[in-house]
Amino acid sequence: MSAGPRGEGVDPGPGLEPLDLEAIRAQFPILQRSIEGEPLIYLDTAASAQKPDAVIEAIRTYYRREHANVHRGVHHLSALATSRYEEARRIAQRFLNAPQAHEIVFVRGTSEAINLVASSWGQRLEPGDEIVLSTLEHHSNIVPWQLLAQRSGAVIRVIPVHDDGSIDLEAYGSLLSPRAKMVALVHVSNALGTVLPIRRMAAMAREVGARVLVDGAQATVHGPVDVAELGCDFYAFSGHKVYGPTGIGILWGRGELLEQMPPYQGGGEMIAHVSFGGSTYAAPPARFEAGTPHIAGAVGLGVALDWLADLGRDRVAASEARVLAHGTRLLSQISGLRLVGTAADKAGVLSFVVDGVHPQDLATLLDEQGIAVRTGHHCAEPAMERFGLTGTVRASLGVYTTEAELDVLAEGIERAVRILR
Amino acid sequence: MDPAGALPADSETLLQNFELFDGWEDRYAYLIDLGRKLRPLADEEKTEENKVRGCMSQVWLVRRDDPEGRLRWDGDSDAAIVRGLIAVLQVLYAHKSLAEAREVDVEAFFRRLGLERHLSMNRRNGFFAMVSKLKTFASPS
Repeated sequence: MSAGPRGEGVDPGPGLEPLDLEAIRAQFPILQRSIEGEPLIYLDTAASAQKPDAVIEAIRTYYRREHANVHRGVHHLSALATSRYEEARRIAQRFLNAPQAHEIVFVRGTSEAINLVASSWGQRLEPGDEIVLSTLEHHSNIVPWQLLAQRSGAVIRVIPVHDDGSIDLEAYGSLLSPRAKMVALVHVSNALGTVLPIRRMAAMAREVGARVLVDGAQATVHGPVDVAELGCDFYAFSGHKVYGPTGIGILWGRGELLEQMPPYQGGGEMIAHVSFGGSTYAAPPARFEAGTPHIAGAVGLGVALDWLADLGRDRVAASEARVLAHGTRLLSQISGLRLVGTAADKAGVLSFVVDGVHPQDLATLLDEQGIAVRTGHHCAEPAMERFGLTGTVRASLGVYTTEAELDVLAEGIERAVRILR
Repeated sequence: MDPAGALPADSETLLQNFELFDGWEDRYAYLIDLGRKLRPLADEEKTEENKVRGCMSQVWLVRRDDPEGRLRWDGDSDAAIVRGLIAVLQVLYAHKSLAEAREVDVEAFFRRLGLERHLSMNRRNGFFAMVSKLKTFASPS
């Protein structure tokens, strides 16, 4: 079990101070509540992470004291809101170790980020060009490319995975050709938890001249991410999956690429000059931020990213790896339970099925015990199909997840299965 | 309790049976048991056409002809709890004319059983869609 999404077996190393999980949990008001008289055990962080006080308070303070529209007024509040918004951009830049702040585009989330790249960068594709995806992709990293393929005549190629849910690198190597123009990969699979070896896969893509987009929706929450080290061209993630607000996310793109890309949406703030004879467009990132942005979301996201960085992202990765290993051991001991996705490099997710038990039945009976898990295909139908399944039960971890909670999960599964069999 | 292999005769009997149980575990065990008594659909009836739109579990619903104009139907699911919920609906709608079926208050009955969460919590689940479809069966065409 490795320590998080940096991948390639990076070990956080011994000697990292363990996190004080109880102190962290105390910062999440929602974790103090109960569900039908049972303490809440929230194992659905991969769907959306809960929010620490720091983030909730920052959004409240923003609306109570700092709100005005950004980049528009000369007055005090507009300048204050603008500086908070732009500060959040610089925080995101540091968070990804991106070279330039203007390479950070605020979007609604990972889905919009991928749609933006597919729509805008995608205009250069021609019939016969190839878009390479992995079997593990979330629908958000499949459908925008399918739409682009329909528009452009490009062809989608799919990288297979091994039985443990790891990428078949040999097959990837042999399907990469000079026709490949884009390789779009999930960093950490939301359905199985597999960490993809992005650095290596991006290097292989570069050799054939393909660009690389990484869907980091599940990766940023679990450990360090360094776009310079990964060698990708675009990196996307959602705020709400990394302890920030919903409705805000980040697209990082290489400056020289963003510079060449046409606008995605038209509106205020994205233009240099408008006349009915034609308009000229602002430089990135403004070119891609038409209309009034989600300012409060950006502010909250900045605070969330700093909050996570302050914990120490290597420490978070090491702590979660320990909890995940504990859960893996526990679930492996349950009779008839099969973990789906057992790659050596995994982060944050325990996906499983139990013989003779429908995932929805199991999830319902876990919910009766206050345990929140997700069930279904996890918006990754091709990945489910690869394993001959229509769905799994998924317990996903956050920094606040404790080994004791996974003990309760394991007991809860045993209890549910007794009722269902 | 009910005769072996048969569903409770009417909704009041079903309600009384449910009230015998204190904890959620026994209630669910009984619900799942009801599902086992449900007349299953033949495999060839589990078609795309008979499928009710749902996300997490599969639900099929088939309307049957009835010479006396009553609402008759069969339903099935791949999930045990949903099959139990379908059995509850069978009891609730048993022997009802279309006009009577239109008066059935599914939500209120499920609240009395303590099962309302199955209707309210996830509008994308197949069971919720199934109740909506049953209501259309009972509507005048």
